[in-house]
Amino acid sequence: MNRSRLAFWIFFAPVIMWLVLLIVLPHLDLLTMSFRGENDYGDPIWTFENYTNFFTEPVYWLTFVRTALYAIITTFITFLLAMPVSFFIAKLARTRAQGALMILLLLPFWVSELVRIYGWMILLRESGVLNFFMLKLGIIDTPIEMLYNDATMIMGLVYTSMLFMVVPLVSVMDSLDDSLIEAAHDLGAGHLTIWRTIIIPHCKPGITSGSIVVFMLALGNYLTPNLMGGKNSLWFTEQIYNQFIASFNWNQGSAFGFLLLLLSSLIIWVGLKLTRQKLGEVAS
Amino acid sequence: MSNDLSVRNMVKKFDDFTAVDNVTFDVPKGSFFSILGPSGCGKTTLLRMIAGFEEPTSGAIEIRGKDMLGVPPNHRPVNLVFQHLALFPMMNVEENIAFGLKRRGVKGPEIRKQTDTMLERVGLPGFGGKQINQLSGGQKQRVAIARCLVLEPSVLLLDEPLGALDLKLREQMKIELKKLQTKIGTTFIYITHDQSEALVMSDHVAVMNNGQFEQIGTPQELYGKPKTPFVAQFVGDNNQWSGNVTQSNPGEIIIATDDGYSFRTKGDAPCADGCRVNLYLRPEAIRIEPRQTEGLNVFDVQVKSILFDGANSRLLTTTKEEHELIVTLPQTRKFDHIKPGDTISVGWHPESGICFEAEA
Amino acid sequence: MIRSLPRSKTYNWSFNLFILLYFTFLFAPLVVTCVLAFNDSNFPSLPWQGFSLDWFIADGPDRIGLFHDDQNLRSIVTSFQTAFFVSILSVIVGTCASFLFEKEEFRFKGFLYFLMLAPLVIPGVILGISLLLAANTAGTFFEDVFGLDFDLFRPSFWLVVLGQFSFISTFVTLVVSARLRKFDHSLEEAALNLGATQLGVIWHITLKFLRPAIVGAAAVAFLMSFENFNTTLFLVGSEPTLPINLYLQVRDGSTPVINAVSLLLIVGTSLMALANLYFTKKGD
Repeated sequence: MNRSRLAFWIFFAPVIMWLVLLIVLPHLDLLTMSFRGENDYGDPIWTFENYTNFFTEPVYWLTFVRTALYAIITTFITFLLAMPVSFFIAKLARTRAQGALMILLLLPFWVSELVRIYGWMILLRESGVLNFFMLKLGIIDTPIEMLYNDATMIMGLVYTSMLFMVVPLVSVMDSLDDSLIEAAHDLGAGHLTIWRTIIIPHCKPGITSGSIVVFMLALGNYLTPNLMGGKNSLWFTEQIYNQFIASFNWNQGSAFGFLLLLLSSLIIWVGLKLTRQKLGEVAS
Repeated sequence: MSNDLSVRNMVKKFDDFTAVDNVTFDVPKGSFFSILGPSGCGKTTLLRMIAGFEEPTSGAIEIRGKDMLGVPPNHRPVNLVFQHLALFPMMNVEENIAFGLKRRGVKGPEIRKQTDTMLERVGLPGFGGKQINQLSGGQKQRVAIARCLVLEPSVLLLDEPLGALDLKLREQMKIELKKLQTKIGTTFIYITHDQSEALVMSDHVAVMNNGQFEQIGTPQELYGKPKTPFVAQFVGDNNQWSGNVTQSNPGEIIIATDDGYSFRTKGDAPCADGCRVNLYLRPEAIRIEPRQTEGLNVFDVQVKSILFDGANSRLLTTTKEEHELIVTLPQTRKFDHIKPGDTISVGWHPESGICFEAEA
Repeated sequence: MIRSLPRSKTYNWSFNLFILLYFTFLFAPLVVTCVLAFNDSNFPSLPWQGFSLDWFIADGPDRIGLFHDDQNLRSIVTSFQTAFFVSILSVIVGTCASFLFEKEEFRFKGFLYFLMLAPLVIPGVILGISLLLAANTAGTFFEDVFGLDFDLFRPSFWLVVLGQFSFISTFVTLVVSARLRKFDHSLEEAALNLGATQLGVIWHITLKFLRPAIVGAAAVAFLMSFENFNTTLFLVGSEPTLPINLYLQVRDGSTPVINAVSLLLIVGTSLMALANLYFTKKGD
């Protein structure tokens, strides 16, 4: 069929403008900015200084490593929690309950992240609801500050990104034929063996895509560490924000931004390579 | 001969729907037993109860004399070949077959030996390293069976395993399955809605309808002496007439059909004069242009079309009252002259008619 | 194990308990937030002082309810305007992109597709700073060369719209592409055969077929825009969107007005998400 050139250009023009002007150029700008600086006379020059700063200043690279590690821990905890939940919805719940459970699962995540974190704050803080009940019940004598520490922050991150693990897991478990589990059982396998040899291998694609998204979201999160983390739980996105908005050092901020982008791309690439998947498959 | 499986008064109810209704049967050791019925007749539920995936509402199951009620599927000496085979796609052929042995804690070298032997027995030597999606339909079939047989079950259950195959392969697999069962000697219980599968492979067939067994018998008995109208219609093709009994003699009755024919046919069940009956007649029981008309029911039909299908060729004919009849057309070249539109005479022997009293 | 396999009482019971706890975990912060919006207290905390609508309708001098709180109301309006423009823009460009990637063949298609997916893996914060940098660069360029001054290139309403549009378009593209892949091409060929032009076919046949997906994608785009924080944070000018405005308030201490806003957000987004779910189900 002879496709009309007009149709092609109508589709092509806005897309190429979107991708070049809003994706490619800004990130190239980010890269160049990260190599710019000023010499002692205040003239703009090319320099590696922004990157050497990162490696020589422990607070910078420690925050970076910490952020990456906590993002990995968050991903892992999310996976551990999401696995039985998705199994319940896909394999144990009755068909009629499945739809309702899915809707219940989705609803909290349509609400702004800020509202969800705010909810946790009024639950957990010193004057919060949980403390109120624990005092009333006599479990504790003085209120405990449950906010502003690493554990709470990780819980917040898990909460925020839960959905993006559960949804791919439910859909991949739905596609697991029940008769495979029955066959394994019939051939003498116990629960643990069935999980190890049948369910988890089958769910690999869902686990990968879920983990990638959760890791990404945790790494790039700003609100949760900022509002729930303590003074010592600085997140790398907060460093970027500080450089841009507080210190107004855009060059340093760009270098940080680029490093974060590099890290997230690297981990995603490794994840995809390990499971031999393509980004396009994971996305759809 | 001892029985590998005996089922007594088995009932299964889902809420107010009775899927299996008071079923009783025995399967002799080493035999090929089929349960034949239309979809939704309860045969899969029955099989899953034997395998242990469903608990019967009431009734008893014994395998080799041991009561199986309350025994979970993994502790029953039966294995199930699933409808869609349920081969594990995350493992290769060898790992699939070794799966059950590993669970039993059999040692590595022993597993290897048994797996190889089993692959040879099902005709797939050297296939151990292949992935499941590299196999053809028939090969998958054999792997699924090998995976169960390697555990040496008392009874092997098969849930329509040929359903997903194309016609040609299905014909081939029927014969192979039968050969395999004869060679290995394990008791097979086979479920199908395809009467030809059941007839070709089985020693005994149970015809199931609406949760009940209509008849249990050898394939020959089901075909030749169906006990119920359902069996007569479901097993093999049949032409049908309705009519009234006009005269009943010992061993023989005379029927006046609604379209005005008078037929003599054997009547095993005593039928009173005037009672309504349905008459069934196999296509191959109708002879075309019989030379000897003595003792036959003879009448004329018009050929509407020739349904040519090699050895299974038939004629689609109608009587002058527009009653459709299917008549077997033997491919002996003797009837090559018959063309659509011709009027031919046909006849059938009273012995080949099957009569049932019509339900009120 | 699964429904058809025998399960022990303990197994069933503990699984159900786990699911119950999980859903409590999911909904606790939202429920607490909603309930405390009606507490007749000056702080969003217990004890319960009685039911009150003050935080919605009070008009000073001690308490100012949401409906008289100009700052919050203005930010809600801003968010609506932002979401409106973002969904229109991203639906148009996203639909073009799905046509481009599903129906056209051209050089570098694979590379362009990869670029289109990139916003999925770029943290929102990075997207924000890149656009901020690029806008600044462009602004400087236009001022130096042409002596022109565009508001667009400073943190402002339209920069926020562009920033959100830049990654929400990717989601729209994925949703519309999924539907377009199900489209029966013989319908198009039939229409062409009956004398329609290429663009006429797209307008009359294909777009009609895509309508449920486009409406669904628009709703998703609207919600994503409405609750976006990370990207918006760096691009926002003098008109903060609702999440930014809430963030500033939460960071600096809280009043139950925030609960009132949250309640409206929870109810509003839930209704919208449910409607969206209902219509996409019906469309299938």
